Amino acid sequence: MSPRQRALATSNGQPLAADRLGVRKTYKLYIGGAFPRTESGRSYEITGARGGALANACRGTRKDIRDAVRAARKALPDWASKTAYNRSQILYRIAELMEGRRDQFIGEVMAAEGVGRQRATRLVNAAIDRWVWYAGWADKYSQLMGTVNPVAGSYFNFSVPEPTGVVGVIAPEGSSLLGLVSRLAPVVVSGNCAVVLASESRPLPAVTLTEVLATSDVPGGVVNLITGLRRELVTHLAGHMDVNALDAYGLDPAVATAVEETAAENVKRLVRPPAGGADSVDWLSSEAQSPYLIGEFTETKTVWHPIGS
Amino acid sequence: MCLGAIIGRVTVTRKPKKPETLPAPASWGMTARGIPWEYAAAPESTDHVAIRPEYGLFIGNEFRPSRPRDTFDVMNPATEEHLARVARASKADVNRAVVAARAAHDNVWSRLPGSERAKYLYRIARIMQERSREFAVVETMNSGKPIKESRDVDVPLAAAHFFYYAGWADKLDYAFPGRTPRSLGVAAQIIPWNFPLLMLAWKIAPALAAGNTVVLKPASTTPLTAYLFADVVRQADLPPGVVNIITGPGEIGMELVRHPDVNKVAFTGSTAVGKMLARAVAGSRKKVTLELGGKAANIVFDDAPLDQAIEGIINGIYFNQGEVCCAGSRLFVQESIYEPLLDKLKARLSTLRVGDPLDKNTDVGAINSAGQLAKIAELVQSGIDEGAEIFQPDCVLPDRGFFFRPTLFTGVSQSHRIAQEEIFGPVLSVLTFRTPEEAIEKANNTPYGLSAGVWTEKGSRIFKMVAAMKAGVVWANTFNRFDPTSPFGGYKESGYGREGGIHGLGAYLDLSADGANGR
Repeated sequence: MSPRQRALATSNGQPLAADRLGVRKTYKLYIGGAFPRTESGRSYEITGARGGALANACRGTRKDIRDAVRAARKALPDWASKTAYNRSQILYRIAELMEGRRDQFIGEVMAAEGVGRQRATRLVNAAIDRWVWYAGWADKYSQLMGTVNPVAGSYFNFSVPEPTGVVGVIAPEGSSLLGLVSRLAPVVVSGNCAVVLASESRPLPAVTLTEVLATSDVPGGVVNLITGLRRELVTHLAGHMDVNALDAYGLDPAVATAVEETAAENVKRLVRPPAGGADSVDWLSSEAQSPYLIGEFTETKTVWHPIGS
Repeated sequence: MCLGAIIGRVTVTRKPKKPETLPAPASWGMTARGIPWEYAAAPESTDHVAIRPEYGLFIGNEFRPSRPRDTFDVMNPATEEHLARVARASKADVNRAVVAARAAHDNVWSRLPGSERAKYLYRIARIMQERSREFAVVETMNSGKPIKESRDVDVPLAAAHFFYYAGWADKLDYAFPGRTPRSLGVAAQIIPWNFPLLMLAWKIAPALAAGNTVVLKPASTTPLTAYLFADVVRQADLPPGVVNIITGPGEIGMELVRHPDVNKVAFTGSTAVGKMLARAVAGSRKKVTLELGGKAANIVFDDAPLDQAIEGIINGIYFNQGEVCCAGSRLFVQESIYEPLLDKLKARLSTLRVGDPLDKNTDVGAINSAGQLAKIAELVQSGIDEGAEIFQPDCVLPDRGFFFRPTLFTGVSQSHRIAQEEIFGPVLSVLTFRTPEEAIEKANNTPYGLSAGVWTEKGSRIFKMVAAMKAGVVWANTFNRFDPTSPFGGYKESGYGREGGIHGLGAYLDLSADGANGR
């Protein structure tokens, strides 16, 4: 790309055809349904996988995480008590709106991950289809994981899965969009609210995803996204006492021990990174989606009532 | 024995006094003149129980002394009499047990057809039923719990757990659609002193059904039924190394959990220790189940069936001396029925018979240890110091042993330690509420989330309350019910994972076949 083309380009790295100066986007955090800058006023420059500056991203802070957790906690009762049918439609709506922005996502994934258009198209298609797949689980997973228990006594006894609460999600570092969606969708489909740490080096597609979420009937606070440096953020998310669970699947396995120790302080449910790290995962595989992943972020509640006259 | 005065505010230090004449119905154990019935002693016989002077570690189906040879004493908390010496395991012993379990897993147990594992587990269940009296008596002698509870609850439920999970052993392929379940390997299991045999069954039965082998560490004060169970293992001809039992202090439990060849950790105990274990396994691939503390709310609405609720409240907090993680230790009473409920509750409390756990009429037995008794006394004193009003029935406690009067506090506020901290003793804190919303707010205002109780005749209100409780088990119009088919476990700092039912089975299987996940 020539200097002239680069100057014209928008921040997804794609040069425009016309000789018009592109209007670049400011990439911001997503907290409680709003798009604030980080309270610190700091940013860091995001470089494309093939070089060249793409944009500045917010360098979020502990305070931003605290604000996001508060927004998530506030949104939780409403989101968790929506009917499963309603949550199903809202997740499907996310897919609808992503479909409308396919080209934008493809361009951003190409720039972020350094893949060709064909590969980026497959990744974006899979991300959209993943929302559709999980949307269908909203009103089914509890039929898979709930039970009526034949206790030896005159009692009616049943178990149902319920959302765990506020879940921290450490998004995979390499797969900027599909990896993120693959981890986020199973968290929110059951009624949890999420505080997501975006990929540090490739955060831009994640920010664009939040713009989709903001316009697709997902209530503010259900998904919150923080961009920034992991060494500054992960410990605060893992140690926050009002976060109930942590999906550390996207965490660098080298720091997993310390993070897990921190998370133990309030008995967080924790999903560990895979042995080879999340970047070793084939996110296009059907193995990367599972109803059992929904189950990781649910609590089984068992109810007893006597049977009698 | 609690024979004494029924209504009246009595302090901890007050001396017993003569019963007063009371207008109590006969069904509460009073005669027509209001004098409580005298009960003749009805002790359970211990004739057929043979406790050995010393127990070694049970490794590879043999009792072996620890290396270096070291023992500690086990006593009867109701009499403070010595019962036996048991081996104190060393770090090397932990390794020996894990090595035995690993060999048994890799070479024998995980390779057996599920149908064969099932038959072993059925055998165990049957032998436990056949030897139920022996188990009940030893359990009561070692733990201090009333014989009627060990006889009617602990032992039959323990056998039922083996019977239930036996049937899963050859049906694993049907349990988790889309997955190919595999055993995890060696399970390290650490259990508490409040339900020594029952917790053993909760741990060992699903582990073995799933094809794992186990190293179990019972609590230091209550190892005897575990070592009696070792004899059941011998009688059932279980392959050597499938079940290993070691005894020792908490550090030995931590060694076991940290052992690199352990694949699964299951712990029941305090939240503080649970957090230590969670840190100890950090960064490993060990799958973990934690059943930790609780501070359950028992919520009584003004339309509740009052007499049933009273029984539920009593059972909720005084069952097993209140040494129950899911005990209903916080009673929330709707204001409009506060006074009549309290009157009935105090009267009922005063009929509880406290004393010799081996007596078949005893309702409340001995506290498990001097240390636990001191902890209860300290928290009760904090309740008095912080301004809550104490009520204790006027009863004579035995001269020896660790006993504590059933205790009830009124005028408790949310910030009191007795409303916040797990006491693990026969101590009830009574609070009030006006609206369902207030009850929900107060009930969930705790870092714990193990269990809850709701009492109301209104069905729609039950489901509203059930849905709002951040608790893993909710008893509606009942309390403290347990069953092998029924998953048990907590929200929040009460732990994670479930025991019981198909959920408890999954906790002992590797279900991560598709690579999407695996805790």
